[in-house]
Amino acid sequence: MKLIMCAGPPTSGKTTVLRQVMRRLLKKGRRLAYLKIDVQFADEDELFRSEFGIPARKVYSGELCPDHASVLVLGDAVKWAQKENADLVVETAGLCLRCAPYITGSLGIVVLEATSGMNLPRKIGAMLSLADIAVVTKIDLVSQAEREVFRANVTDAAPLEVVEVDALRGIGIDRLVRRIERAEDIGMPLMLKGSPPVSVCTICAGKRDIGSEHHFGVLRTLDSDLFYRGE
Amino acid sequence: MDIRKITILGGYGRSGARELVDQVDLKMGDLLSVVGPTGSGKTALINDIGLFANEDTPSKRRILINDTSPSEDFLDDPAKNPIALITQHTGFLSDMRVSNFLDIHARVRKSANPDSVVSDVLDFANQLTGEPIIVDGAMTELSGGQSRALLIADAVIIGNSPIILLDEIENAGINLTRALELLHNYEKIFIFVTHDPRITLSSDYRIVMKGGAMQDAITTSPEEKRIGEKVTHMDRAIISLRNQISSGERMLEKDFRAVMESNWLA
Ligand SMILES: Nc1ncnc2c1ncn2[C@@H]1O[C@H](COP(=O)(O)OP(=O)(O)OP(=O)(O)O)[C@@H](O)[C@H]1O
Ligand SMILES: Nc1nc2c(ncn2[C@@H]2O[C@H](COP(=O)(O)OP(=O)(O)O)[C@@H](O)[C@H]2O)c(=O)[nH]1
Ligand SMILES: [Mg+2]
Ligand SMILES: [Mg+2]
Ligand SMILES: [Zn+2]
Ligand SMILES: [Zn+2]
Repeated sequence: MKLIMCAGPPTSGKTTVLRQVMRRLLKKGRRLAYLKIDVQFADEDELFRSEFGIPARKVYSGELCPDHASVLVLGDAVKWAQKENADLVVETAGLCLRCAPYITGSLGIVVLEATSGMNLPRKIGAMLSLADIAVVTKIDLVSQAEREVFRANVTDAAPLEVVEVDALRGIGIDRLVRRIERAEDIGMPLMLKGSPPVSVCTICAGKRDIGSEHHFGVLRTLDSDLFYRGE
Repeated sequence: MDIRKITILGGYGRSGARELVDQVDLKMGDLLSVVGPTGSGKTALINDIGLFANEDTPSKRRILINDTSPSEDFLDDPAKNPIALITQHTGFLSDMRVSNFLDIHARVRKSANPDSVVSDVLDFANQLTGEPIIVDGAMTELSGGQSRALLIADAVIIGNSPIILLDEIENAGINLTRALELLHNYEKIFIFVTHDPRITLSSDYRIVMKGGAMQDAITTSPEEKRIGEKVTHMDRAIISLRNQISSGERMLEKDFRAVMESNWLA
């Protein structure tokens, strides 16, 4: 089975892109399952279930960062999709800019909007650099010159394959579909791509006290390097 | 790549019916206008051209360059893209300085003369604007007309593309007559989306859009070209009136008559 992992800032167009992509893949006879990982609200699972009649689920990460949560739940999700005999498409909120959700053997897609400002590609770290392909949405809202400069900012930050789309009208989507069709199947064991997140830290877990003296795990002070406190 | 010809193969209008015009061929030096009411699909048509549509846009049109399907390189590497598209947008979202933006775009498009390119673009653009664009200013602070002028200059000088598509350049309050004069110095394929009779009647051909479809393709007759020249005179009269009012002058009937006599009825 294929594992397609789609990350990107909120409102970048992940759901709109996936709808276009999944409509085409389903028409070609592929079986798909959809999982949304979000912090506290998501309704995409209902959208995909009702629009396409495919198995769809959501997970709220709540106190955890969504990428930490994804590490914890994806093993089960892959088994679920396997039982459904389907490829798994995961949409994650990608709010934690320290971590990235991609798994070795998956196809990592980062979705960025062309309207998001020129510095965005430099701000989102591993979400971009560990992806396999960057999809730039909303090209209908910017000039060609701006689109080309945005693209350069993406590829300067990470030398990725870039596909530019107008996801509302489905323009450019066919190229992305062809790329997904070429993606390999995942193999076991599933491992996070690149270096895993530092830890499920006490901050992610909801401890709000300011100051490293209140926390455990991998820490730092203003002047120190990283150090470890705990068992 | 040596561009000799670009072909639009017709697709379907918004209703799903086949377009009446099923093929348009343009060769180097041709000037085409795209006309039609608001919402008739003019922008969609030139976007199809700008993105080298291959039955993968809502219209299902196809674009051929030199009679063959364009290479995907055109989309992946802006330096190889033979098309510069000046969209209807009259603003930038880029949080960067004008000089910085142009520098990056010149690098992306691998333009010749990287040292002078920024000042060349500004010299060109500032001939079209009322108030000059400041090279160290922010892109986001440019006015609608300044943005449009900068995009045209960028397309011609940095894009340096053999095919230039312009979407309603008359709409941003730039000096259109000067823009057309400057553009006519270049041997390229120009496609103008326009509501302006001057531009239309000075083109070689025009495509008439309706309901998202290419409805008709008309060759400009010699008679129409003569009318076009008269329209240009009428336009000079309007511009001269506009300039007087813009600069704060009051209008007198005798000045008005003088303007009309020297331009309108010429
Ligand atoms: N052949 C087509 N099939 C499906 N949709 C189309 C087609 N042509 C145009 N459209 C859609 O119709 C809408 C209006 O078209 P468009 O923006 O191109 O109009 P326009 O002629 O440029 O109007 P304006 O003069 O206001 O700029 C757009 O949403 C466009 O995507
Ligand atoms: N104009 C335009 N709007 C888009 C495009 N892609 C997405 N949108 C709009 O952007 C908004 C957010 O999109 P959505 O897919 O929900 O983003 P997500 O939060 O990343 O899943 C919606 O209103 C979409 O209709 C695009 O390519 N062009
Ligand atoms: Mg979404
Ligand atoms: Mg338009
Ligand atoms: Zn995290
Ligand atoms: Zn954390």
